[in-house]
Amino acid sequence: MSVETERSSTESDVSGLDYEETALTLGIPGGARVAGAELERKRGFSKTVDLTSRIGTSEDRSDESPDTNTAGSAKAPAPKARVVGWPPVRNYRKNALKSSNKYVKVAVDGAPYLRKVDLEAYGGYEELLSSLQEMFSCFTIRNYPNEERKLVDPIHGTEYVPTYEDKDGDWMLVGDVPWKMFVDACKRLRLMKSSEATNLGLILNYLIFELKRRSSACFIYVFPLSFLFV
Amino acid sequence: MKVQSAMFYFPEEVIEHIFSFLTHHHDRNTVSTVCKAWYKIERLSRREVFVGNCYAIRPDRAAARFPGLWSLSLKGKPHFADFDLVPPDWGGLAGPWIEALARSCPNLEELRMKRMVVSDENLELLGHAFPKFKALVLVSCEGFSTDGLAAVARSCKSLRELDLQENEIEDRGPRWLNSFPDMCTSLVSLNFACLKGEVNLKSLERLVCRSPNLKCLRLNRAVPVETLAKIINQCPNLEDLGTGSLLADQFSEAYVSLVCALQKCKKLRSLSGFWDVSPLCLLAVYPVCANLTGLNLSYAPTVQGQDFINLIQHCVKLQRLWVLDSVGDKGLTVVASACKELQELRVFPSDLFAAGPATVTEEGLVAISTGCPKLNSLLYFCQSMTNSALITVSKNCPNFTRFRLAILEPRKPDPATNEPFDEGFGAVVKNCKNLRRFSISGLLTDQVFYYIGKYAKALEMLSIAFAGDTDQGMTYVLNGCKNLRKLEIRDCPFGDGALLADVTKYETMRSLWMSSCDISLRGCKALATKMPSLNVEIINEWEAEMEENLNNGVAEVISNNNNKHFNNGNDDRKVEKLYVYRTVGGPRSDAPDFVWTL
Repeated sequence: MSVETERSSTESDVSGLDYEETALTLGIPGGARVAGAELERKRGFSKTVDLTSRIGTSEDRSDESPDTNTAGSAKAPAPKARVVGWPPVRNYRKNALKSSNKYVKVAVDGAPYLRKVDLEAYGGYEELLSSLQEMFSCFTIRNYPNEERKLVDPIHGTEYVPTYEDKDGDWMLVGDVPWKMFVDACKRLRLMKSSEATNLGLILNYLIFELKRRSSACFIYVFPLSFLFV
Repeated sequence: MKVQSAMFYFPEEVIEHIFSFLTHHHDRNTVSTVCKAWYKIERLSRREVFVGNCYAIRPDRAAARFPGLWSLSLKGKPHFADFDLVPPDWGGLAGPWIEALARSCPNLEELRMKRMVVSDENLELLGHAFPKFKALVLVSCEGFSTDGLAAVARSCKSLRELDLQENEIEDRGPRWLNSFPDMCTSLVSLNFACLKGEVNLKSLERLVCRSPNLKCLRLNRAVPVETLAKIINQCPNLEDLGTGSLLADQFSEAYVSLVCALQKCKKLRSLSGFWDVSPLCLLAVYPVCANLTGLNLSYAPTVQGQDFINLIQHCVKLQRLWVLDSVGDKGLTVVASACKELQELRVFPSDLFAAGPATVTEEGLVAISTGCPKLNSLLYFCQSMTNSALITVSKNCPNFTRFRLAILEPRKPDPATNEPFDEGFGAVVKNCKNLRRFSISGLLTDQVFYYIGKYAKALEMLSIAFAGDTDQGMTYVLNGCKNLRKLEIRDCPFGDGALLADVTKYETMRSLWMSSCDISLRGCKALATKMPSLNVEIINEWEAEMEENLNNGVAEVISNNNNKHFNNGNDDRKVEKLYVYRTVGGPRSDAPDFVWTL
């Protein structure tokens, strides 16, 4: 519907390419980035599962990583060694835990491409914002006395407001609801330039005021913010 | 003369009455070997039959021997099938068993199956063939869908128990719950926690309403808090509850009604589920904690840190605890101080590849062993362990019957001393005289097997991975462990010498599994030749090589029962996977192409 097209035009505004990629870690050397590391692990595991389901074909043999049949071979470094069937955990359990993933797109106004984060990997807002900070590597978090959190690009001094689109298609400010509710409701994230957010707020207030004034019946139509991006 | 005639006229009914006090199948197996008369009396009176390997005997023969059986327990695939080491379509089919029972044992009431392949048709037959059927328990099975469940629900008029544990079930929609007839009021236990799909919530509520005897109910993830609250209100006498998704809003009606409902559950002893649980819903559970004997948080990765500590402190009567390693050593220390009655602990890995920070280590285990002296069953996945910790644990808890330790990184030595874990595991077998099940990991030499062979006299099942140096290791175990029933080995340097060290030993065992070891086709053929009472099955992936050799004329095709296998004279080929088991059923007729029975 209309919201769909608005969303895609937003994307092309931001990226110009409509180009999506699963998150790579821009990791700080030596620092464990939770989101990125998680992603790497999960990809590795699914690769292992693929291997086992094709046992018996020659195609399988050429794909098999050399450390699958490791009898007698040298010790492989732990995170890299994807040994079939180790650790001994039933597939049912592996799948049940794996499915608690919630990957959402993160768009930043002005960045050439989007990223993805797994909301289930974080315990709360602080962790999420720190991770976004690292991911886009040029922001620091500025805490305002009124509990609003903004990300700041120190070079240009531009402030970014973290917003998200919820299940109803509305763009909301990050941080108002309990964390778990947010994880459940959030469909995508957008770091919006603060100036734009303020402008939008003003425009919206004006629109609502005008509509109320003009209609005699109880008709209020609140535009989803995305409508205004067209 | 008088004494002789008294012995001749000893009535069968008396013997049968005496046998009725023997419930365990081991004892019944023993008395049946005394003489033909006792064999006959025993077999006609046996009601519960346990078949630990479904290929050890043909279904028809089992059904014919025990025509009065009410309850059958079956196990199919080898244990390592749980970890993707057995190719799909290997076997373990339930069909032939259900068909044989349908022909010979119409009074069947209970069927328990583990690691077997069950189809919807099999479940249809089950529903129609056994009018008295009461209990179906499926663990780690596959091959069926919710349609099969519907068939069972529909046809079994007096169904008491439907228990589905960790099965792979194809989801064909939520209709199956509607299939329980309106007059069905006999349910005592229903567990569908492993179903992945949606559930018809209204049907579920109605079913619970008309099941006054319900004691155990385990829901799946699709059941929300609102429904859970309604259900608990209907059955405040529940003893075992598995929640659905425990995610609720702070001031929602659902949360409030859940809190009220749980407070009424005075008989609740076991809790599980906790899918997607929010900290708030965890609070709702506190009132029932004091009476809990069983708690399963192993599917709740978000329950950690202070949330976990606050919860577990209330669980003072806990005997069985399953958690994820995200609770950390700190969480385990609190368990040790709060749960003095703890007997069984399982700590599962939340991070399978040990790439993150260490979550549980030897510290947590030592704390548990110090605080919980009644501990007798352990499954512990950890990133780090030491010999001294293991020695301490074995002295604190000499009552272990099951001890399974999985150090996540294969062949990792003791980080404190850089030594193998021989002494640590050796201490466990020395101090824990009742040890029946043992799984070891980390860097291990032949020495640990020397200890196991020498001290683990009660040992029945041993699982070994990435361990040992020479054939001597395996030989120690085969020679020393008199009660060994199942031996499973992967990625160890044991070869033909070990395999053939004591071939008659395998007749005293249920099965042997060896994969990625150093055995050759020659060794396996020798075993098969010497021991015709065993099925020596190799799983080979030589197809590509086969094609080439056949084309070159280097090999010929030989027939082996229904399979064709090729013989190129090269018996020195390494065998990738070997499964040996004793059987009176001969080579199995349902072996797929990749299984070669020698």
